[in-house]
Amino acid sequence: MPDGVLPVLDVRDLTTVFHTRSGDLHAVNSVSFDLHAGELLGVVGESGSGKSVTMMALIGLLPSPPAVVRSGQVLFGGHDLLTVDKDTLRAIRGKRIGFVFQDPMTSLNPVFTVGFQIMEPLRKHMGLNKSAAWTRAAELLHLVGIPDATQRLKDYPHQFSGGMRQRVMIAMALACDPEVLIADEPTTALDVTIQAQILELIKALREKSGMAIIWITHDLGVIAGIADRVIVMYGGQVVEQAPVAELFANPRHPYTRALLKTVPSVHGQRAARLKVIEGQPPILRSAPDACVFLPRCAHGFGRCAAENPQRRAVGVGHDLACHWDGETEDG
Amino acid sequence: MVDTLAEPPPPLVQVRNLTMHFPVHGGLLQRRVGAIKAVDGVTFDIHRGETLGLVGESGCGKTTCGRAILRLYELTGGSVHIGGTNIAEATPDQLRKLRPAMQMVFQDPLASLNPRMTVASIIGEPLKEHTRLDKTERLARIHELMDQVGLNHDFANRYPHEFSGGQRQRIGIARALALNPQFIVCDEPIAALDVSIQAQVVNLLEDLQDRLGLTYLFISHDLSMVRHIADRVAVMYLGRIVELAPRESLYSDPRHPYTRALLSAVPEPDPVLAARRNRMILTGDVPSPAHPPEGCNFCTRCPQVMDICTTIDPEFREVEPGRFVACHLLTEPKNNQQGSLL
Ligand SMILES: Nc1ncnc2c1ncn2[C@@H]1O[C@H](COP(=O)(O)OP(=O)(O)OP(=O)(O)O)[C@@H](O)[C@H]1O
Ligand SMILES: Nc1ncnc2c1ncn2[C@@H]1O[C@H](COP(=O)(O)OP(=O)(O)OP(=O)(O)O)[C@@H](O)[C@H]1O
Ligand SMILES: [Mg+2]
Ligand SMILES: [Mg+2]
Repeated sequence: MPDGVLPVLDVRDLTTVFHTRSGDLHAVNSVSFDLHAGELLGVVGESGSGKSVTMMALIGLLPSPPAVVRSGQVLFGGHDLLTVDKDTLRAIRGKRIGFVFQDPMTSLNPVFTVGFQIMEPLRKHMGLNKSAAWTRAAELLHLVGIPDATQRLKDYPHQFSGGMRQRVMIAMALACDPEVLIADEPTTALDVTIQAQILELIKALREKSGMAIIWITHDLGVIAGIADRVIVMYGGQVVEQAPVAELFANPRHPYTRALLKTVPSVHGQRAARLKVIEGQPPILRSAPDACVFLPRCAHGFGRCAAENPQRRAVGVGHDLACHWDGETEDG
Repeated sequence: MVDTLAEPPPPLVQVRNLTMHFPVHGGLLQRRVGAIKAVDGVTFDIHRGETLGLVGESGCGKTTCGRAILRLYELTGGSVHIGGTNIAEATPDQLRKLRPAMQMVFQDPLASLNPRMTVASIIGEPLKEHTRLDKTERLARIHELMDQVGLNHDFANRYPHEFSGGQRQRIGIARALALNPQFIVCDEPIAALDVSIQAQVVNLLEDLQDRLGLTYLFISHDLSMVRHIADRVAVMYLGRIVELAPRESLYSDPRHPYTRALLSAVPEPDPVLAARRNRMILTGDVPSPAHPPEGCNFCTRCPQVMDICTTIDPEFREVEPGRFVACHLLTEPKNNQQGSLL
């Protein structure tokens, strides 16, 4: 059991590059963060900002080639997951670290029933026999709100709706009571009521077993309701980190500010046209030597082009990678 | 065409009592032992140039409904008229002729784009199949479509996995637009995108509607986006539509208890408000569409359930002009007119 002072998971300086036909792509650039027992870390950021690649890299699931993990350490349970032997890693993955992938259809096998796929980690990691695993699988499927769970264990993934497939993934990730759950956009296909139910389930597990959670999402409403701390990614880097209330009350990075302004609401005035963050996300062919947000930033100045800003503390638990002092009101 | 002189134009899409059941097999012989009633008798219209939002819980039948309307399934029952033709009974030949006018943007962009085809060939495929354009004309049209959805021409020879989520979604939209459709079913077109790109895609759909007069069925579980884009909204629960109303009335004055619960559960993008919010969390499990409850489908979870609800299925009827609700709470005894949609 983690002692509550040391983080359960400590990611340091993780850098990942893809070698593609059209050249190198620097998808993750020197990313660092930690995670404590019972904590829920929210991860937000633009599409393509490296959220999924970071998580896949840290549990050794990136296809290589084309991916190369250039540097970094991932400390978990006394191991560095980037250098640990394959068997140890396999034993940790799926048992001590649960993972919900962003795209359920590419990670669920279409030729096996849903039941078979939920039972697999139970039999492999928990040593359950077939009938115990079946019972537990039905229980898990029921927990994530799928009606008629026992009957539906016999179905194949294509017979489930988009949101039901996502919930199967969640059930599989929770099957072995992991110490760390990494959930990559786990509720994108879920409506608010079922999403609320899943969030309650996750909160309960966190309180009961001290499970620590990384929750990647573009839904700032979910982040506001469930996260303790948030990291904001842009261009393969962590550009801001803060406790959740602080991030919403006092966002400092120009990207974070723009992001918070784009959200439509069910309350208040309906906007005639939705706000977008103008410009295109960067395609990094080499390690960034200038601020990655500069081309879209309203506050850029000379230094931003000359030097990629490093993360600096600006408050309790609040840091950001930006040269702008943030004091001048933004427009 | 029917004679419609002096009458308002008929709706482009008329769905009546649409039913789509999937068989359930069981036992040693894998015999048919029941059915998943994914869509169980839905009725609505979509007017020309209108966006109808379709919302509801995961698994309630939204995708099935959208696919059935375009006859991507053989319907179990009911009718779907698009521009006057009953799609449900159209012959394969008639369907082929109708296909160009009705398109779908699929829920999962990556799974619906062939990974071995370049973007140009994906967008060009419907052109090849349904038009007589030669190669140069086709390429010109492909470029025009890429412009419309804001994709750089230089990307024409790239493969889907080389794009970001938002770009992939736009490839799907460009493909859907290729044949100048009148009607597009957009199934969760923005669910996987970050907020800024969501906004970009929604703005694009609105621009295209303004310019080309398109009609959309916009399927989504994101109530704030639906509020933004839809003119009217239909709320689905367990294979049925429980409420259908113009956008503003639905959001300011929801009538069905399920709609109220849905709206109260929307997460608030502000931790202070989120902590103060009084959420109405529905209790009880969602019933299985294979065994819907007696009476009203929502009766097992309704906070205002009455005796009648567990025995009699409430009729989907017009409670005031333009507002349809299926709920016994709204049945006034004096009302004796036939609550029909037509
Ligand atoms: N197999 C691959 N080959 C080449 N490039 C890749 C590959 N997988 C990911 N990338 C690129 O790496 C970058 C980061 O991708 P990643 O999937 O981490 O983004 P993300 O932040 O998770 O975005 P989203 O919100 O869309 O899921 C993107 O530019 C993407 O195109
Ligand atoms: N091909 C199929 N065979 C059997 N059952 C199916 C099939 N397709 C869908 N279903 C079932 O029909 C019901 C409705 O599914 P549908 O995909 O329409 O839901 P949805 O409202 O789109 O949900 P989501 O928001 O999760 O995408 C679900 O119970 C699903 O399992
Ligand atoms: Mg991702
Ligand atoms: Mg669906």
